[in-house]
Amino acid sequence: MDSALLVHRLHFAFTVTFHYLFPQLTMGLAPLIVWLKTVGLRNNDRVYNEAARFWARIFGINFVIGVVTGIPLEFQFGTNWSHFSKAAGGVIGQTLAMEGMFAFFLESAFLGLFLYGEKRLSPKAHWWSAVAVCAGSWLSGFFIIATDAWMQYPVGYSRTPDGSFQLSSFWHLMLNPWAWWQYAHNMSGAVITGSFVMASIGAFYLLSKQNVEHGRVFVKTGVIAGLIFSVLQLFPTGDRQGKMVAEYQPATLAGMEALFQSQPGAPLVLIGQPDMENRQIDNPILLPRMLSFLSYRRWDAHVRGLDAFPQDVWPCNVPLLYYCYHIMVGLGTIFIAIAILASLLLWSGKLFEARWMLWILLLSLPFPYIANTAGWITAEVGRQPWLVYGLLRTADGYSKQVSAGNGLFTLIGFMGMYTVLGLLFIFLVRREVEHGPAESALAAHV
Amino acid sequence: METLWFIIVAVMLTVYVVLDGFDIGAGIIYLVAAKKDQERRAVLKAIGPVWDGNEVWLLAAGGTLYFAFPQLYASSFSGFYLPLMMVLWLLMLRAIGIEFRLHVPAPVWKDFFDAVFFLSSALLAIFFGAALGNVIRGVPLNAEGYFFEPLWTGWHLGPHPGILDWYTVLAGLVALSSLTCHGALYIAIKSEGALYLRARGIAVLTWPILFFLTICSLVATYFVRPAVMNNYRAHPVGILIPIVVFAALAVMIWAAPKGKEKVAFIASSLYISGMLVGAAFALYPVVLPASTNPEYSLTIYNTAAGHHGLVVGIGWWSLAAALAIAYFVFLYRMFKGKVQVEQGH
Repeated sequence: MDSALLVHRLHFAFTVTFHYLFPQLTMGLAPLIVWLKTVGLRNNDRVYNEAARFWARIFGINFVIGVVTGIPLEFQFGTNWSHFSKAAGGVIGQTLAMEGMFAFFLESAFLGLFLYGEKRLSPKAHWWSAVAVCAGSWLSGFFIIATDAWMQYPVGYSRTPDGSFQLSSFWHLMLNPWAWWQYAHNMSGAVITGSFVMASIGAFYLLSKQNVEHGRVFVKTGVIAGLIFSVLQLFPTGDRQGKMVAEYQPATLAGMEALFQSQPGAPLVLIGQPDMENRQIDNPILLPRMLSFLSYRRWDAHVRGLDAFPQDVWPCNVPLLYYCYHIMVGLGTIFIAIAILASLLLWSGKLFEARWMLWILLLSLPFPYIANTAGWITAEVGRQPWLVYGLLRTADGYSKQVSAGNGLFTLIGFMGMYTVLGLLFIFLVRREVEHGPAESALAAHV
Repeated sequence: METLWFIIVAVMLTVYVVLDGFDIGAGIIYLVAAKKDQERRAVLKAIGPVWDGNEVWLLAAGGTLYFAFPQLYASSFSGFYLPLMMVLWLLMLRAIGIEFRLHVPAPVWKDFFDAVFFLSSALLAIFFGAALGNVIRGVPLNAEGYFFEPLWTGWHLGPHPGILDWYTVLAGLVALSSLTCHGALYIAIKSEGALYLRARGIAVLTWPILFFLTICSLVATYFVRPAVMNNYRAHPVGILIPIVVFAALAVMIWAAPKGKEKVAFIASSLYISGMLVGAAFALYPVVLPASTNPEYSLTIYNTAAGHHGLVVGIGWWSLAAALAIAYFVFLYRMFKGKVQVEQGH
């Protein structure tokens, strides 16, 4: 691979992967905070109100890091991917500008009110500011997904003689079916992160016997939301997303499953290692005919394998795609199992005493992050070798005049900067968790 | 249609500089104006609720620029690769400085974050000024509409200039002094006591430097790019812009020492707007002049997105802008008045 292309790809991959660790929690926590505030407001419940404030503090730290790591992404469209921007800006400029105009203003204006304004606003007005922040972060997510969805499944465009894309139908762009299913899948994934993080911190408090009444609220809210959204993540959102990939990106599906040979009644690989040299799966554990059924709802449906496509349209890193996809699906299944188990215990009133289950919840914290990241790698590596699927190759999109050396210079700079940001984030969140949500205790600490 | 979007983008960038300008300026005067911990917290609290909202204008303006003139976005962002990345790092450092200064209890780290906040603010002001200087001076565009500028090439101008030469550094210093004034006036509005007096004093002391540099930069611009006069000759109404700039400067030095810092702050905003609008007026319809061959210059016509997209954009943009203005009016009304810092936490 051209080394400048590699550097620019790594540059975006690194900055976007790091960035998305933060918005997934922001978008996932926002509706949960609104829920906590709603209960707190309706029942005038001190614990729920303190819980909402505690998570608002975590949200605030998370939000700042999300913003500062988000700015470079918008810039990189121009700095590192200028040929792509020139070609596709006529279409995706719409969604990216709409994100700025509709979502960022809403979010940032009300975040200030939400974080600093509780004493000045009436409880109801403060509740509305929480709703506005939530709406802003979810709108932001939509416009980004709409941008990505257009790259996955381009609609509503025409091409000029020089090959660049121009918008021909605004509503096709907004109502792109790919965007809506991907959005549902992605947002549900974000709420899974939010719920598991909430349940995990709650479990930590219960296990360490501090802030017990808040810990119970966290665990209860996290487990119930986790159950709802981890089921939604599989069905219908994940299922529909998978079908769209099968229909419109068949080479990607073949790569995700590492299905080398086209066949009727194709099996689903649970575990195994793709062997690109011999074009087979090593040490496979298979579910016979399952892939045919999942993709086309028929046990004997013919599924096209990688051999059905010329090699220059294969996803360029099949093993990575395959592993990320399997990690995502595998973890998603485990989340459902954890959530069902914890919900049953909650329902029978034993959850808060079941230390083993609390330990599982506590330790589950990093895994939704891994699953969301793996899911995004599946989507983006799966789109390769295209920037705009089937129309514009990644190799034609980067900034030709920015050399590999210049790209590497700034990539290393971002790695350093993000290491510092990551350490500060952990330090600040740890402080909040140590202080805890109880406000009398907070006052005693400071 | 292209002209309308040119105006929209220019206005958004101007709003960004006026708004983020005062919190960047607050960072520039921070170490000198605020001596005690309590005063420093007062400065941070004065900008705390608004600074990231102000920065959103940069993102929104950038997004709108990308949407309306994708080719310009592609060329300028990749051509100014290194300085833009440094701007990003400075914006990050500044966010770290502001937010974490408020949260980290150990005094040693407070000093560290204070220094980070000051340095990143001052450098940002210089970088933004130098960026505008580069746009006015022109860049070495090739026939495909791309360029790549080295950081420096021995400080002199020519067909293949660098990011930093005497002209762009002069522009950077104009930006530094004007944002120093702007930020000092904002902090004066928002503060009391010793902090108030020092902030007002800084504004008054910076004014002669600003005045001198402004005149230098206008004269220099005339020599660096004589074409800037064309639009002023063709449309004499443009002469109002420099009149506004100098009137604003006069009002600043009249109002600031008398304690009318609100009036002075409005004048300072007008000064900044006048300088930027004047530059945009002089450039139009060019958006990035070529130092190599005038035919390679990027204009609003050869960089704009397709017609349908621009027309649709007017609809949603107007709606979004109306909403944004409503939020900001509401926000500033909620946080108006002097900042109170309670003792302790």
